[in-house]
Amino acid sequence: MTEHTTVVEEHPEVDYGQAWQGGDKPLKASYGKLMMWYFLLSDAFTFSGFLIAYSALRFNSSTWPEADFVFSTFPGGFHHMPLIFVTVMTFILILSSVTMVRAVQEGQRENQKGVAFWMGLTILGGLSFLGCQAWEWTNLITKEHVSLYTNPFGKYEADGVYINEDGSEGETFRAGSGYLVHKHDGHWAPKKYKVTSGPEAGTIKTQVFGPRAFGALFFVITGFHGFHVFSGVLFLLIIMLNVISGIYKKRKNGYEMVEKIGLYWHFVDLVWVYVFLVFYLL
Amino acid sequence: MAHLSYEESKKVVFKGLIFLGVITIVEVAIALLAKGQIIEGFHLNKTFYSILMAVFSLIKALYILGEFMHLKYESKALRVGMAIPLILLVWAAIAFSQDGYTFEQRRERSGDEHFPEKPPVAEHSLHDVAH
Repeated sequence: MTEHTTVVEEHPEVDYGQAWQGGDKPLKASYGKLMMWYFLLSDAFTFSGFLIAYSALRFNSSTWPEADFVFSTFPGGFHHMPLIFVTVMTFILILSSVTMVRAVQEGQRENQKGVAFWMGLTILGGLSFLGCQAWEWTNLITKEHVSLYTNPFGKYEADGVYINEDGSEGETFRAGSGYLVHKHDGHWAPKKYKVTSGPEAGTIKTQVFGPRAFGALFFVITGFHGFHVFSGVLFLLIIMLNVISGIYKKRKNGYEMVEKIGLYWHFVDLVWVYVFLVFYLL
Repeated sequence: MAHLSYEESKKVVFKGLIFLGVITIVEVAIALLAKGQIIEGFHLNKTFYSILMAVFSLIKALYILGEFMHLKYESKALRVGMAIPLILLVWAAIAFSQDGYTFEQRRERSGDEHFPEKPPVAEHSLHDVAH
């Protein structure tokens, strides 16, 4: 106490009324929300690191698997449904973002039941998304045999015609169409084909693997995003239980904690916009 | 959403749902059209298509940031503080993609055997899985 008074006496000219004394909100956002924004910015840097690696490696490859061929399966044994399943996943995530906004709005009018209800729907959306991703990964790993180091998805650079085992010609295909090197009984079984266009017309070729980086990039980036969804679901669950227990009701700050986890949840949706763009659309 | 009444802000949410949903459907439809999935043999110009998709995604991202994450209604200092690093990141992504492209072009010209542009069917992996 004595020290404090000495300081004041030494600088009598300082007007403490003008200086920032804490307690204020310099960016007109509370401490917790501000820190959430900074965390999300740092998280954006991590994701950008991955996406920059993706774009550098993809432009570095002369060929890249066709997304509308790679992602053309649908649960229930459906094939030739390009991008339909991932569109469903995107919708689930958008819907869960919308229910999250509703939870935040109900929080601002201190409606405890409303917050819990909309948060419950958000959690349901998050879990559905994770379920979809689990199916997608399982399909890629067990049925199509993509791994971190192996990418059996390739793309034809010229028109051609398949050559059957008896030497006769089979189905034709166009340049730019995708293919999957199949695996039978633990053996890779690349098909033979005859090139029918371009400078190499007439030569017999065998299917080759696609760019190796594809598998690692896909599993690491969608996995990192999926991990965010997973941890988001956990945090939503914890905060929903707190809402039900009435902790935030006592704080009387418009359920600010719900707003903070809402920021995180929307960020996960935001990142998906870019994962969707680079892996599925381009 | 202190700037709006409760009823108004509820409407904003449903507008957002429809906005994001429609953009996603349009994106997927254009993607399928551009890659010849809808009209046999019809393809969109790749650069045009990529820029179009990037613009759609940017609109979606800005909407989520502005309305859902409320950044539009935060103080100017916070908005600018978030925008500058994010814009620099977009720049970095474009710069590194060009880096990768240059590397690919140089390798193609020099025909460097150490970096085969088309990985052959890995013969070793055929044996790897034989047992």
